[in-house]
Amino acid sequence: MIEAAASMSALGLGLGLLLGVAARRFHVETPPIIDEIDGILPGTNCGACGYPGCRGLAEAMAEGTAPVTACTPGGRDVALQLAEIVDPGGDGDAALSDMADEEPHVAFIFEDHCTGCMKCFKRCPTDAIIGANKQIHTVIVDACIGCDACVEVCPTEAIVIRAKPRTLKSWYWEKPQPKFGAGAEEYPA
Amino acid sequence: MTLPSIASLLRPSQYFTVRGGVHPETRKNLSSESAIEDMPIPSLLRIPLQQHIGAEAEPMVKRDDHVLKGQLIGKARGPVSANIHAPTSGRVIAVGHFAAPHPSALPVPTITIRPDGEDTWGPRLPRLRPENATPEEIAAQVAEAGIVGMGGATFPAAVKLNLRARYDLHTLVINGAECEPYLTCDDRLMRERAEDIYDGIGIMARALGVRQIVVAIESNKPQAIAAMQQFDRALGIPSRVQVVPTQYPMGSEKHLVKTITGRETPARALTADLGVVVHNAGTAHAVHLAVRYGEPLISRVVTVSGRGVKRPANVRVLIGTPVAEVLEHCGGLVEDPDRLLLGGPMMGQPIQNRRVPVVKGTSGILALTAAETPDRDTMPCIRCGRCAQGCPVGLTPFELNARIQSGDLEGAVKIGLLDCLTCGCCSFACPSNIPLVQTIHYAKGKLAEEEGRRHQQEEAKRLAAARKAREEAAAEAKRQMMAKRKAEMAAKKKREAEAAARAASAETPPDQAPTSQPQTAQAESTRDGGATQ
Ligand code: SF4
Ligand code: SF4
Repeated sequence: MIEAAASMSALGLGLGLLLGVAARRFHVETPPIIDEIDGILPGTNCGACGYPGCRGLAEAMAEGTAPVTACTPGGRDVALQLAEIVDPGGDGDAALSDMADEEPHVAFIFEDHCTGCMKCFKRCPTDAIIGANKQIHTVIVDACIGCDACVEVCPTEAIVIRAKPRTLKSWYWEKPQPKFGAGAEEYPA
Repeated sequence: MTLPSIASLLRPSQYFTVRGGVHPETRKNLSSESAIEDMPIPSLLRIPLQQHIGAEAEPMVKRDDHVLKGQLIGKARGPVSANIHAPTSGRVIAVGHFAAPHPSALPVPTITIRPDGEDTWGPRLPRLRPENATPEEIAAQVAEAGIVGMGGATFPAAVKLNLRARYDLHTLVINGAECEPYLTCDDRLMRERAEDIYDGIGIMARALGVRQIVVAIESNKPQAIAAMQQFDRALGIPSRVQVVPTQYPMGSEKHLVKTITGRETPARALTADLGVVVHNAGTAHAVHLAVRYGEPLISRVVTVSGRGVKRPANVRVLIGTPVAEVLEHCGGLVEDPDRLLLGGPMMGQPIQNRRVPVVKGTSGILALTAAETPDRDTMPCIRCGRCAQGCPVGLTPFELNARIQSGDLEGAVKIGLLDCLTCGCCSFACPSNIPLVQTIHYAKGKLAEEEGRRHQQEEAKRLAAARKAREEAAAEAKRQMMAKRKAEMAAKKKREAEAAARAASAETPPDQAPTSQPQTAQAESTRDGGATQ
């Protein structure tokens, strides 16, 4: 008994030491750009980009295999900031032109389908879902980043992502697009 | 013709007028000669819980409650908010959402009351004798009565009365300029209720602790000027009625103060920084009613005008009355209006839904025919500079427009987008009909949205970090728990083992040999036996 415990601890200690030494010896500097990108990304690790967490995307982006527009919850703002550090002096606007200001989206739970299983509650990276076991859950619109994580885990498909509802505070007039010379023909040149 | 007196020659307003500004046709004669009439109780009242700047009020009633006139139905939430009272007695038929009196017509929390027609007063607020009341008591009464700025800004009046604590105030300016075309509600109120308004002014002056009062009225309202002048000596505080030039936007707070005192309020500062507080004449009347009679703000005077209305009038309507019923009271519409506006024609907002209610800040309902609205054919900018000449803030609207149209909001902010009053002078002055102020409206909204989004992103980061920290703490706690349990288990085992060993060592000396030996002997014997067999 005591010999077994002692030998296991010795093994653990030895391997641990080995690992520690290896980590020191074969240490690779992460390029600072990854940290920089990671700092700009929302840090919610929601997975909406398809990479393993924000760090994963940051690495891919630093390698150049992911576009600066990959983070959809971050939206145009984040993409613009990323474009500046990933491709300084490059034509960020060109890459972003197709990302023309997406309307913010949030999750919505259909209450009659919610079974109160707590799955979404546990998954939400920003704690935007409130609820308890066997109680109807709901989304705090202001905290939701619309990342899809809860939609994937809901067993009854009670969650959808929809456009963030407009309020009087967030509503504003559309940009006027004057059409010059609506009656231009009538004006002699 | 009278010669100007020496005193009037020394008034700064003669030398300082608003920079820029425009002179639209006032068209006030449509309604200026109709006395204020009371509108009968409508069939339904829809009272939004947010009719003021600040936080939404909290509903105090539920469906099927019976309410009395003047009863508190929405309670102010937070320091900048306003109480809301039942405008008449009746039954609450819904506490839900209804379209806002706003161009978007988005649903907002609204209490719907079906009046019972009795108009029974509930208990009124306790009356106050302003002569003996402290400034705090007056401000508290004004807050209790839910009074907000009646000129359209709808800032809670009590908050402004409490400015005394933070600023050294010397002048109270009463804004009776009413510079928007068409509107005549303040004009009529001053003509008909001058004494009440002056009483309200005196009460506010007491609450503010100011040393002088100036009532500013535009020169195109001679009757109102005369009426108000009758009472300007009634108070203990030096006060005077001051005629200001007829010019839009004279009623803008900062411009009025500039005209009267000759001092300009810095950008993004308050007039209180200059020691001046501006209140609307209508607000003074509401304060009079609240303090002298304990009546909360449950009705207001609205100008119903425009050539699209059969009988332009000034009507005192209950808060929450549907716009359609007010129009009906004024004989209905002559023709389908080109635009239906709430507020004045320069800064008012168009509405689509006519069932939306009149709220505390609704100064006018205008049905404008196509002949009254400007031509909408837009032509390219000809760089005439009229918009810049007309801008009362000294901005260059054509440049703002160009930057916003090309998507350069930051550039627009750099040249003063945030200082724009959205007064509309630029659009009015532009010979090419370029929608300048409309573009600025869009830009301001867009900017606010971006600001909000940035804020939300920061919040998301914070929330995610908090969650991560919490999860890590939980994992750490679990790990420690496991380690502890393991240690306990190990300790227990060890103890057991030790105990067993001790027990064994205590017992072994006498019988260790006999127990083990026979076994081996037996084993050996069996093996032997097995082998031999
Ligand atoms: S709307 Fe703005 S830019 Fe136009 S005149 Fe008024 S303050 Fe100047
Ligand atoms: S008034 Fe109109 S046409 Fe003239 S400079 Fe301004 S935007 Fe251009």
